[in-house]
Amino acid sequence: MSADDPCEKCEQMLQPFLDRELSPVEVVEAEEHLNACEYCRRRYRFEESLRRYVRLTASERMPPGLLDKINQLRGQPESV
Amino acid sequence: MGEAEAEGGRRAATEARDRLRFEEDALEFADQVYRVARRLVSSREEAEDLVQDTYARAFRSWRSFTPGTNMRAWLLRILTNLNLDRGRKVQRTPDLEPLEEGDYYLANKLAASDGEQVLEHERVVERLSQDGIVSALSELPHDFRDVVVLVDIGEFSYADAAQILDVPIGTVMSRLHRGRRILKHKLADESLS
Repeated sequence: MSADDPCEKCEQMLQPFLDRELSPVEVVEAEEHLNACEYCRRRYRFEESLRRYVRLTASERMPPGLLDKINQLRGQPESV
Repeated sequence: MGEAEAEGGRRAATEARDRLRFEEDALEFADQVYRVARRLVSSREEAEDLVQDTYARAFRSWRSFTPGTNMRAWLLRILTNLNLDRGRKVQRTPDLEPLEEGDYYLANKLAASDGEQVLEHERVVERLSQDGIVSALSELPHDFRDVVVLVDIGEFSYADAAQILDVPIGTVMSRLHRGRRILKHKLADESLS
């Protein structure tokens, strides 16, 4: 694939696009391509749902009681 | 009371107030700090210890935090450093198998196993089990896992992750890319086994 291949470019852009790390100009470019390219759009949806699912399933709430333990650590002598 | 004494008293009162505010602000992030910690270590107990050590250090060195900067990133920087100190360094990064099949390995495998031509369904990911995702994450080589956990679980920007881990932003991007790729391979293998 040549560097000018739009899908190659889209693949490079997909991750930072999902991470909201593209510049506004690049976002427009990526969105235009996603609108035009069914294949990339599917990949995008898959990546997006995978990421959301990972975040949902692997993110574990703080256990009860931990906040109290942390609270008790307050007011210790300072390190210099 | 002399002038100097009064001045000293006022300063002490201000400092006490600043410290209190710092502690209150830091506590607001406890749950978010724990969520990242939990995925960096293997047990809940270890994660609790790590978070407590992080807060103990943060409370003691509150003066080194610059007000107005990102406190959550500051806390995570303490946490990742403490985690490193816990002997992670001795752990060898396992040899990585080449991943020529690229980013869409998982999607293609899942789609193929479903008899689909294309990876259409968003539901396809829900076939992955929670345990599978958690264990795949824990099996990532540490350098990659740190970045994936900070960005995907902690929702940090690349720049924040770079600052927390003290590596260049380009390193964050390449580790993230590679780490997610390895993760997807592991998930594909798990879901099809």
